[in-house]
Amino acid sequence: MRSKYEIFKIGIKDVAPHLLSVFPFGIIFGAIGIELGFSPLFTYATSLIIFGGASQIVFLQLLSGGASSLIAITSVGVINSRHFLYGAVLSEYLQKLSLIKKLFISYFIVDQGFAVSNQYFKKNPTEEFNHYHLIGSGIILWFIWQVSTIIGIYLGSIVPEELGLKFAIPLTFIAIIVNELRKFDHVLVMLISGLAATFFYNAPFKTYIIISPLIGLFAAMIINKLKK
Amino acid sequence: MTWTSIFIAGILTYFTRMSMVTLIKKEMISDNLRKILNYVPSVVFPSIIFPGVLLDDFGAFVSISDPKIFGAITALVIGFFTRNVILTIVSGLSSYWAFIFIF
Repeated sequence: MRSKYEIFKIGIKDVAPHLLSVFPFGIIFGAIGIELGFSPLFTYATSLIIFGGASQIVFLQLLSGGASSLIAITSVGVINSRHFLYGAVLSEYLQKLSLIKKLFISYFIVDQGFAVSNQYFKKNPTEEFNHYHLIGSGIILWFIWQVSTIIGIYLGSIVPEELGLKFAIPLTFIAIIVNELRKFDHVLVMLISGLAATFFYNAPFKTYIIISPLIGLFAAMIINKLKK
Repeated sequence: MTWTSIFIAGILTYFTRMSMVTLIKKEMISDNLRKILNYVPSVVFPSIIFPGVLLDDFGAFVSISDPKIFGAITALVIGFFTRNVILTIVSGLSSYWAFIFIF
């Protein structure tokens, strides 16, 4: 049985490679905030209070483009609605915790942390302290996101735009899904949701980000029915 | 007004994170549902990857010879064989840059 601290460190170690993309993305975000004309404090506040990469960019872009607050807030909600799916998956492993701990851990649920900790949970379902993996991966991602946002706010212009570092984001997610590429049903479901997302990309309020996963889950349901 | 909207957006985002974790009880998840939830990473991440690679900043299709397509294919191949996160990201980025700066 591993100790809390050991599992916490494994969480940090497992998610560490993804910091390679999270860090430049945070710098890009900080720079975009300033470029769009927001104050350093306002730009940083979104990283602390919303803490959701892509949704923060959309939020600031919409506000600076003159959209109403209601539209900006709705878009953030839609983009981040994928956390409902993460929460549903993780709930099983966080079941035994007190409400306070659940509320604390929830703040740190983000894409990469969810991905690596979920893999750890699946392999070690009976570890008593396995939630420390999620705390470890979540806290380091949170910390790097805060620091990189601040660096981007003050030094963002040192990163040349030609580098196209935004591309690091699809890459970090490719690095996550490669684990399932040997399973035919998963590959099929990936293609369906990916193509659906491309097709619905221009739907209002960025709804493609939740419509396409739901289409993918529906396809998974059908595939599972057919397999029986 | 805009400060208020950051807080509302923050509360809303936090709600998306905590609601399922606090509300779902073990007995609410059937074996069938658990099987479907297994696919969550495989449906969410491609929904971010595909538009990120295939579309430009304005939501239009990129050309088939776009550096992003080249980088994504490299990352997929390297990732498939090595299952190493760092190698996947680095190979994707460096082939993307090679395409932009050399060719």
